[in-house]
Amino acid sequence: MEKRLIDPSQVKGWGIDADPKNDPTYPMKARNNGEHKGYSWQRPTQQRGDVEVLHSNERPHLTAVFGTSTPPRGLSGLLRRFAFRYSESSYGHWLPLMAADRIGVAEGYVEDLARGHIPNVFAERGWAAEWKYNRGSLLLRIGVGVAVISAAVAYLSSDTD
Amino acid sequence: MNYRGPLRVRIDEKPMPEILHPQDAIVRVTRSCICGSDLHLYNGSVPDTRPGMTFGHEFTGIVEQIGGEVQKLKVGDHVLVPFNIACGKCVFCQQELYGNCHESNSEATAVGAIYGYSHTAGGYDGGQAEYVRVPYADVSPTVIPDGMDPDDAVMLTDVVPTGYQAAEMAGIQPGDTVCVFGAGPVGIMAARCAWLFGAGRVIVIDCVQYRLEFARNYAPAEVYNFKELDDVVLFMKKTTDWMGADVCIDAVGAEAAGNAMQSLLGRKLLMQGGSATALHWAINSVKKGGIISIVGVYGPIDTLVPIGNVLNKGLTIRANQASVKRLLPRLIEHVQSGVLNPKALITHRVPLEYVSDAYRIFSAKLDNCIKPVLLPPSVRS
Repeated sequence: MEKRLIDPSQVKGWGIDADPKNDPTYPMKARNNGEHKGYSWQRPTQQRGDVEVLHSNERPHLTAVFGTSTPPRGLSGLLRRFAFRYSESSYGHWLPLMAADRIGVAEGYVEDLARGHIPNVFAERGWAAEWKYNRGSLLLRIGVGVAVISAAVAYLSSDTD
Repeated sequence: MNYRGPLRVRIDEKPMPEILHPQDAIVRVTRSCICGSDLHLYNGSVPDTRPGMTFGHEFTGIVEQIGGEVQKLKVGDHVLVPFNIACGKCVFCQQELYGNCHESNSEATAVGAIYGYSHTAGGYDGGQAEYVRVPYADVSPTVIPDGMDPDDAVMLTDVVPTGYQAAEMAGIQPGDTVCVFGAGPVGIMAARCAWLFGAGRVIVIDCVQYRLEFARNYAPAEVYNFKELDDVVLFMKKTTDWMGADVCIDAVGAEAAGNAMQSLLGRKLLMQGGSATALHWAINSVKKGGIISIVGVYGPIDTLVPIGNVLNKGLTIRANQASVKRLLPRLIEHVQSGVLNPKALITHRVPLEYVSDAYRIFSAKLDNCIKPVLLPPSVRS
């Protein structure tokens, strides 16, 4: 691609925030060394609640506020509780969480069906937008998928004869 | 908005959020964006992203309820809500590291809390909804100044401060050559802001042509499609008189294309914290003694990068989630004076009910999408 040399002086706002002291360790933080004293600050009021919240074992307690979205439950919840026995530095923490996320998807299908909702996976995946803006690619992918599945079915059928 | 699994989101009815802490507010959302980093969640690559969660960390809204300890905000205020949830009291907030608050994310210590960004970032439902719970309402949420376009305001919750901080962390000196990897909204904004710090030359590298064209005109910047370059690093050396850029900014993060092995390990198999192609190029494209600024988001596990070159070249690497509250006063000035025009990045305004399509359009880069904004029904009526 052709490059376009740009005259900086013609760029609106050029240099207005230039800071000669910003090299290379401009203090992003207003250093006060407060952390040298550990948990020394006056903590905010502690949030109460009966929702199960898992907390990192790299901190001594819950933070003053915490999120209450989607508490752990089911098999995925068991895995998440297991994961939080390990520190954030351990694969023992992250890999079970990734597995729990995938199990959670399957649990989501079960929950949907249990409340009489059949998830419209095509709509959830935004295929309407694909149909509108990327129809050729969508049809190609559907065609390839159908061909692969057909071939697999044909192969398995012939194998069982 | 309800996440159901990788590449699956839909609209659902959920219970109204409630005041759970005396410093909470309940906000009725007026704008919410889909961020490039939401796509990491959407693709299922962030650990502890639980089906049922509502995403969205870039939003504005009107205060509907406040807790007993909220003093600065009042019901009816129209606020922009920075994506960091910050207490304002811990030693990190006291040092203006509002993206690193220690009193908002129980689930992890390595990341502060972010609205709607998995339980690894605190387990808070986000703003791609009609209503949202906003903790520590007196700390970061900011009343939108009179006369400011709400579209500009919502861009001040993440895109503008993250792009600006990318340039700030880069320690740009007048005349420096700055190379930005990634022409998404944050990369474009980082390129725009690089000029504010006195850059002498701004280069943007990506593989999505329409986004490069946008960056060329908006930043403005020299733009290059890496699919047309045999070797990105070699190109960067040649175009900088064999020195390398003074500064490289990674505005891509975990979803980078351009290297088959990185894509396989980082995006398909999820065996590392993302595809680090952009960071790899940044480290190898910057000059000796140069600075790497990272605002692209990576996962929490190990990621392959040429760390030996960081040592041998004497590089400085600087990275953080943007400290939005710290930057807002200056950035509001820039928007009000016309130096920055963030709403120009918004290409799609989508009813919240069509969130599934909006995610697809943004993630698949359909219809020349740069930045989609979701509009709840109450705003449209």
